[in-house]
Amino acid sequence: MITWIGNKLTEIFGTTLAPYVGYVLIGFAIITLVVLMAVISIYLERKIAAFMQMRLGPMRVGKWGTLQAFADVFKLMLKESLTPAQADKQLFNIAPYLVLTVSFLAFAPIAFSPSLQLWDLNIGVLYVTSVSSVGVIGILMAGWASNNKYSLLGAMRSGAQIVSYELSAGIAILTIVMMSGSLSVSGIIQSQADGWWIFKGHIPAIIAFVIFAIASTAELNRAPFDLAEAEQELTAGFHTEYSGMQFAMFFLAEYTNMFIVSMLGTTLFLGGWMPLHIAGWESFNHLMDKIPPFLWFFGKVFISLFMIIWFRWTFPRLRIDQLLKLEWKYLLPIGMVNLVFGAIITWLGWIL
Amino acid sequence: MEQTINNRILQSSDDEFIINVGPQHPSTHGVLHLQLRLDGEEIADLKPFLGYIHRGIEKMCESLTYKQFIYLTSRMDYLSAHINNQACCLAIEKSLQVEVPERAKVIRTLMAELTRLASHQLWWGSTGLDMGAVSPFFYAFREREMILEIFEETCGSRLTMNYCVPGGVMNDIHPDFVSKVKKLIQQFKANIHEYDELLTGNPIFQSRTRGVGYLPKEDAISLACSGPVARASGISCDVRKKEPYDAYDRVEFEEIIASEGDCFARYRVRMKEMLESMKIIEQLIDNIPAGDYRAKIKGIIKPPAGEYFQRVETARGELGVFIVSDGSNKPYRVKFRTPNFSNLAALKPMSLGAKIGDLVAIMASLDLIIPDIDR
Repeated sequence: MITWIGNKLTEIFGTTLAPYVGYVLIGFAIITLVVLMAVISIYLERKIAAFMQMRLGPMRVGKWGTLQAFADVFKLMLKESLTPAQADKQLFNIAPYLVLTVSFLAFAPIAFSPSLQLWDLNIGVLYVTSVSSVGVIGILMAGWASNNKYSLLGAMRSGAQIVSYELSAGIAILTIVMMSGSLSVSGIIQSQADGWWIFKGHIPAIIAFVIFAIASTAELNRAPFDLAEAEQELTAGFHTEYSGMQFAMFFLAEYTNMFIVSMLGTTLFLGGWMPLHIAGWESFNHLMDKIPPFLWFFGKVFISLFMIIWFRWTFPRLRIDQLLKLEWKYLLPIGMVNLVFGAIITWLGWIL
Repeated sequence: MEQTINNRILQSSDDEFIINVGPQHPSTHGVLHLQLRLDGEEIADLKPFLGYIHRGIEKMCESLTYKQFIYLTSRMDYLSAHINNQACCLAIEKSLQVEVPERAKVIRTLMAELTRLASHQLWWGSTGLDMGAVSPFFYAFREREMILEIFEETCGSRLTMNYCVPGGVMNDIHPDFVSKVKKLIQQFKANIHEYDELLTGNPIFQSRTRGVGYLPKEDAISLACSGPVARASGISCDVRKKEPYDAYDRVEFEEIIASEGDCFARYRVRMKEMLESMKIIEQLIDNIPAGDYRAKIKGIIKPPAGEYFQRVETARGELGVFIVSDGSNKPYRVKFRTPNFSNLAALKPMSLGAKIGDLVAIMASLDLIIPDIDR
C-alpha cells in the first residue's frame, strides 16, 4: 500500500516534489496517531483512577464519557493563552512547543509491527534516550520564563530529577543493548524471537527492568516522582502560568512521553511485537502467532501504561532529597553492578 | 513607615528568596498565609499571617442572646461544629446550674464522638492528599459520608448541625439512629485495614513523616499545644479524661499518648483515637437511657452576673469557652481559647530547616482549620 501511495504522489507532484509531500503526509499521520494515543491514555487514566477510587469517572460526554478527553481539548483550544506581563515572552511561548516536539520526535524509530516502523535507525535506542532528554530544557525554559517562584522551583526540581534518573534509565537500557548486541530497535526485537529479555536475561534483566520502570517513571515527572508539579507544594510547578492550548501542550507531552516510555520498555524487555512463546507448547505457540504483531505490541504497551497509572494513584510523593538519595545511593550503584553481571552473563554466553 | 513594613515582612539575602504560601494555596486548607524564606529547598524562616477569614465571632456573640450565640461557634472549627456548640451549652448550663437529663448527655457524647470520627477521617484523607496520594481521600469519604448521613437524619444538617441547646439537645434522635451507627461501626471496623494498607504501611509515607517536624515535649508545653499534637509529644492533656463532661465519666477509653513527637507520631495518635472513639460509641450506643432529651429551661436565659469557663476536647485539641455575664440576656464578653491558634505556634519551630515538602507534611499533621485560628 505504501508503494501505491508513493506512486500516486509521484504521478501528481512529479519526482522532485513527491518525497517532500510524502514527508509532510507522514508527519501528519504521526501527529494524528500520537495525539489520538495521548487522548486515549488521558481517558484511560481518568477511568482507571476513578475505579481505584470508587467513583465512575467521566460519564457525561459520549457513551461512558469516551468523548470527555476530546471535549477537554476543544475547551482548551477555545481558551485564551495568557502570557504574564513580567514573563520572558519568547522563551515562555517556545517552551511548550519544544516539549511537545521532542516527545513527537522520539516516536520515529519505534517499531509498532514488523512492517510498521518509520525510521529503522541503526542507533534507534540511543536516539530515543537522547532526544527525550532534550525535553528537560523545555521544562527549565518554562519555569524560568514564567517569572514565578513556584514555577522556578518546579523547574529546578525537574532538572535535577531528570538529569539524575537518566543515568539509571540509560544503564538499564545498556544492559539489554549489551545482551542483544544491537542498538537498533528492530535488531533488539529480532534478538527476542526465541524469548523476551525479561525471561531469558536471567536476574540482571529483571533488575534492569525494575530500575528502568522506576527511573522512567521519574523521568516522566509522574507520581510518586511528580515533584516538578507537586500540586500541594508548588500549585502546578513549571506550568503554573500556562493556560489554554499552551497548557494543553504540556499535558499532551506528558501523556505522549508515557507512551514512549511504555513502548521503549516493551521493545527492550517485553519483546516488542514478538508474540509470547513457551518452549515445548507447540499448539500454544501456534495460537499466539495468530494474533497480529500490532496487537501484541499495543497490548504490552497498555499493560505498561496501566502500571504507570497504577503507581500514580496509590503512592504518596517523595521528597526532593529522598528522590535524589534513591537515585544516587541505590539505583545507580545497583544498576552499575547489575551491568557488570549482565556483561559476565553475555560474555559466558549463558543467555537461554 | 518603611521601618514598620520591613519589620513585618521577611527580608532575604542574595542567595535566598521569599515565597508566599497562601492565602490561596492547595495545602493550607483555607486562607492561611505563610511567608517563607527559602535557601534552595530549605526553609530558613517562616512567618504566618492571619486574619484573612476573621469575622469577629467573639464580638458578634456579645450582640446575640445566650440561645443564639451558641450556633456562631459552629463556624469556628467547622469540622468539630457539634463539640463547639457543646462547649458553649456546657458553659451556659454551668452558669444556670441546670441538671441535664442523662439521655441528652449520652446523645451529646455520641454525637461528639461521631464528629471526632468524621473530622479525623477528613484529616486522614487530606493528609494523603497533601503527600501526593489522591486515592485515600475517597476512601476516607466513604465512611465519613455515612456519619454525615446519620447527622442529617437526626439533626437536619450535615456539617454545622446546631443540635445542642442549653439543657440538652434540640430534638430526639431519629428512630434509625442506633441501627445506622451500629452499621457504621461495623463497616468502619471492616475497612480500617485499608487505611493502614494505603498510607500507614507505605514506606514512602513513613519516610516522609518519620523524624519530620519534631516537637519536643518542653516546646509543646510552652507553646500551649493541645490535642493530638501535644499528645504525640508525650503530654497527657485529654480534657475528656482530666475533667470529664457529659457522659465521658461513665465510658472507658484510653488516652493515646506517643513520645516521638514527629509527624508520624501525630498520625498514629489520630489513627488510634479513631479506634478509641469507636470504643466510646460502642459502649454508649446500646445504653441510651430513656427519659427527656432536654431539661426545661426558661425562654430567656439570664445567667447571674459572673464569669463562667468550660473546656472540652475537640477533634483538634482543647477548646475553652469563657463567658462574662452581667446578668442581662446577652453575654458581656465571650472569649474562645481555640486549639488551632496555639497549635499553629508550633509550626515555625517544627519546620525551620525542613524542606518545602516537609512543610506540607507538618501542616497536614497539625490538622489546621483556618477559621478556627482567625475566628
